[in-house]
Amino acid sequence: MGSRASTLLREEEIEEIKKETGFSHSQITRLYSRFTSLDKGENGTLSREDFQRIPELAINPLGDRIINAFFPEGEDQVNFRGFMRTLAHFRPIEDNEKSKNPTASEPLNSRTNKLLFAFRLYDLDRDDKISRDELLQVLRMMVGVNISDEQLGSIADRTIQEADTNGDNSISFNEFIKVLEKVDVEQKMSIRFLH
Amino acid sequence: MAWFTFPADNLLCRCLGISITVWFTLLFVFIIMPAVLGVSFGIRSFYMRTLLKIFEWATLRMELGAKEKNQELYKPLRSEPEFEMADIFYFCRRGVESIVDDEVTKRFSAQELKSWNLLTRSNYNFRHISLRLTVLWGLGILIRYGVLLPLRVTLAVTGICLLLVLTTLVAFLPNAELRSYLSEKVHLMCYRICVRALTAIITYHNRYMIFSNGGICVANHTTPIDVIILANDGCYSLVGQVHGGLMGMVQRAMVKSSSHIWFERSEVKDRHLVAKRLGDHVADKTKQPILVFPEGTCINNTSVMMFKKGSFEIGCTVYPVAIKYDPRFGDAFWNSSKFGMVSYLLRMMSSWAIVCSVWYLPPMNREEGEDAVQFANRVKAAIAAQGGLVDLIWDGGLKRAKVKDVFKEEQQKLYSKVLVGRLSVH
Repeated sequence: MGSRASTLLREEEIEEIKKETGFSHSQITRLYSRFTSLDKGENGTLSREDFQRIPELAINPLGDRIINAFFPEGEDQVNFRGFMRTLAHFRPIEDNEKSKNPTASEPLNSRTNKLLFAFRLYDLDRDDKISRDELLQVLRMMVGVNISDEQLGSIADRTIQEADTNGDNSISFNEFIKVLEKVDVEQKMSIRFLH
Repeated sequence: MAWFTFPADNLLCRCLGISITVWFTLLFVFIIMPAVLGVSFGIRSFYMRTLLKIFEWATLRMELGAKEKNQELYKPLRSEPEFEMADIFYFCRRGVESIVDDEVTKRFSAQELKSWNLLTRSNYNFRHISLRLTVLWGLGILIRYGVLLPLRVTLAVTGICLLLVLTTLVAFLPNAELRSYLSEKVHLMCYRICVRALTAIITYHNRYMIFSNGGICVANHTTPIDVIILANDGCYSLVGQVHGGLMGMVQRAMVKSSSHIWFERSEVKDRHLVAKRLGDHVADKTKQPILVFPEGTCINNTSVMMFKKGSFEIGCTVYPVAIKYDPRFGDAFWNSSKFGMVSYLLRMMSSWAIVCSVWYLPPMNREEGEDAVQFANRVKAAIAAQGGLVDLIWDGGLKRAKVKDVFKEEQQKLYSKVLVGRLSVH
């Protein structure tokens, strides 16, 4: 509490984050105060326990997978830049951005990047393929004990059958995109950030 | 040509007239008269039966026709739950939304103020904005720490000393009635001094609801000062753990002249013992009402969290009280993970003032067929509504403990129902 919040976030950092993620100045400061309020250890980074302290996230069946998405491979702490970079995936796509600067690299909240975020939730071992086992595990997380093993197995089999086009019995990222081409990803994977 | 149209006009009018008359006669005879007399001709049920026959015939024709042409009339039912890969988006979005903002964790830290009350502790973005503002702030510090704080500390020390001395003296009196009368006066006097020590400006509403004996008073909990604020206006028996040091001395002194319920740390776990002692106290009509804070922990005064059902199981009348602090003058919330008791009191005594409103609500009793949890929720809703606070079902214990797995299992069950339920939509 107190004046810690703004003094630790310098203007240059805010500018850099703005360029990288597309959030506005006030959104970044607001999310920074949220970051610091979650950071109980006050060391400028969040650990997995800090996320799990949010009750609404702890009861989410995929809570652990979502928390995992914030942490880069093999690391246990995420700093504010990493936090913002992950949250940027959920920024709504604005119409005026679509036409601006086609030569620049793809923004973090593009449709492809949103799909990549979801793909990574399924892909437990990060080998860029969703195997039958991985799909089963994620399904089990979502339904708990309410559906039998056989039913779950047949759901997984049918899903892979419908999506798999090259016959390797797993779903690659391109096959994933194809399956979801009719889904309104932009709306389903965006949240409103208050200004 | 007036005379050309006249006969045709006449004919038209006459036709219209006749049809309207016939229409109204039929209406009157077949619908209105029976309705008035309460008699039924059975026209509506005949109508319904005819319609059903027509529908059956139509369905039969359609099915025959579809069979001839070999078409599917209805989509086939699938016997398995339908899963779509897009389902994950829902959980994903909910999860990230709760990371960005959630209802619970923000109740355990002080609330943000829209305007600035010249205390750096309540402003997140304190920067040097202008010279005038900084000078004003500096002046504020001078006044608060130089004048108000010493004054308040003196008052507090006087109040506590008087409490200790006078209650011990009163305890020596032989006459029980005189003792209880005097102890009331002593307690009220000392609490009034303590209230002035904090510069607490309290507005009591509905004071006619105050009661004297045999009941439990429940209130929402923001700070240990709640006790002083409520005890300033009436005499309560307090319930709490036995502390050591200064608090312990005060507790022992208070017990000498009036009855309070202090538990040893080990006894707190034993719910039956707790309930029995509370029940015994309430049953004794000569004893003062008990003051309980069912949330079990301090919440930041923007919401009321789950009430523990212990005090609602005893079965006596409950008198709810709502306390709302005005955050503009000083934030009264005690964030026990950040500040210890002494630093908290110092902060309190160096704020401008503690302004709060206390509402006494009408007494509530447990109704037929209501269990303790439902009763507790009803009381909680009444307190939240009066104080303008958000009524949450989350447990205040989440401040320190993890949420129970049972809630996650609820979410999983709901999703499974959606999966299986999809086949009925198709």
